Amino acid sequence: MTTSSTSPAIETRDLNLYYGSFQALIDVNMVIQPRRITGLIGPSGCGKSTLLRSLNRMNDLIPNVRVYGEIRVFDHNVCDDKTDLVGLRKRVGMVFQRPNPFPLSIYENVVFAARVHKTAKGSDFDDVVERCLSSVLLWEDLKDRLGKSALELSLEQQQRLCIARLLAVMPDILLMDEPCSAMDPASTQGLEELIARLKEEYTIVIVTHNMQQAARVSDDCGFMLLGEMVEFRLTDEMFKIPQDERTRDYVTGRYG
Amino acid sequence: MTSRSKEKIAFAILTLTTILVTMPVILIVATIVKQGIGAINIEFLTTFPRNGMREGGIYPAIFGTLCLVAGAVVFAVPLGVGAAIYLNEYAGENLLTRLIRLAIINLAGVPSVVYGLFGMGLFVIFLNFGASILAGSLTLAVMNLPVIITASKEALSAVPQPFREVSLSLGASRWQTVRHIVLPNAVPGILTGIILEVSRAAGETAPILFTVAAFYLPGLPSSVFNQVMALPMHLFAISTQIPNISLETRYGTALVLLGLVFLVNSFAIVMRAILRRRRKW
Repeated sequence: MTTSSTSPAIETRDLNLYYGSFQALIDVNMVIQPRRITGLIGPSGCGKSTLLRSLNRMNDLIPNVRVYGEIRVFDHNVCDDKTDLVGLRKRVGMVFQRPNPFPLSIYENVVFAARVHKTAKGSDFDDVVERCLSSVLLWEDLKDRLGKSALELSLEQQQRLCIARLLAVMPDILLMDEPCSAMDPASTQGLEELIARLKEEYTIVIVTHNMQQAARVSDDCGFMLLGEMVEFRLTDEMFKIPQDERTRDYVTGRYG
Repeated sequence: MTSRSKEKIAFAILTLTTILVTMPVILIVATIVKQGIGAINIEFLTTFPRNGMREGGIYPAIFGTLCLVAGAVVFAVPLGVGAAIYLNEYAGENLLTRLIRLAIINLAGVPSVVYGLFGMGLFVIFLNFGASILAGSLTLAVMNLPVIITASKEALSAVPQPFREVSLSLGASRWQTVRHIVLPNAVPGILTGIILEVSRAAGETAPILFTVAAFYLPGLPSSVFNQVMALPMHLFAISTQIPNISLETRYGTALVLLGLVFLVNSFAIVMRAILRRRRKW
């Protein structure tokens, strides 16, 4: 493993995860550097979403999950039972596969975090809305209809809104679980451009089953198969000179 | 027989059952309105009974029933909704919660007179509230709890799971998620349960018989530790206990009870419709 001058944003050490008796993650070790985009690829059921969801402990919501090993986020082991989950999820936010705005107005969606975390009040809410919607390039389109229901937006706009809602939490790390899978190609391109922009301020981990997408947007890339992290390296290297035979077969489209 | 004609027969039978189900409701309401409407006037609604309850109005009974319904709602709604939130949002699936659920289902099947006796034993005698608005409201509240809990729980579990996930992933606590996301979306369904129970609380006689209802009182209650008259009890009294009361007065009383329930229900239904329109998914 190469040493790095900056300390990693996330590091997993011998991470094993079971759903009941089924082992979904096997000895996963990876290091995610800050302010980079890390792609996780692999065929369906390989554990990439499970890995992503364990990084902010969203797997806790599933009954019978057992986790062994360490996940260090900014050098704190978050697998510890005493972990402050609210604090963790404020720092490590998540964008889901299907856009899932709350059935509220656009405005209320964005200020949700500011309301529950009491980080703003009164007129500050307006600033939060403008700042977050601007970050996802929605402000110009939506500024005149912030009171409209978020469910009336297009899918791409809904997904951008979900990202804006997340940015209002002021996280450091964004976990994205196939954020473009419900989108058409044009929307996908728009979102990819947005993700690339967000890299300047945030550490991003993105799960995708679309290899080309991983190649386009990510700096580092991990290939997973049957719960194992087969290979984890710079994206360019991964696609040009894969070390593992299974990775080579996957990126050349022999299966998956 | 072709599937087309089978379809026609099935449709005819279903239409018939619908009519059969609606008929009694229409007949009851029509009879009461027809026989009772003549008794309804301002005096009937706003004055005390006179001449051994044969003349005058039924104001104290209306007032008493409103007190009891309000009291029952005040006690039953927070408790019932709270229990539903616990069962649906916090408690896991285990032996204890299964037992609680079983208990709730069984409670819903307990006859109302048993609630009345229970209320007398616990609130009137043991807690020494006496026959009072407090004891009667609490008894009605206990009777209402199972349905309010069940309806609220249904409403909560109908809120899509992804909303909870997103809210938690945004760093909201469980309670904040319930408070900001789950509960607002469940309110229409919860209101349905409350509507059902308000009608029942207004109409039941047995639970208030031993715990609060008075045969006749010359004045309005001055505190929650007083007895009150109540519409169903009053109706029972003038229908069976006092000779020579005009039929019109009796039907008029029934009509007022029916109208009161209808009014409260309409209010809740309108509120539910407004809330539903605001929140869609």
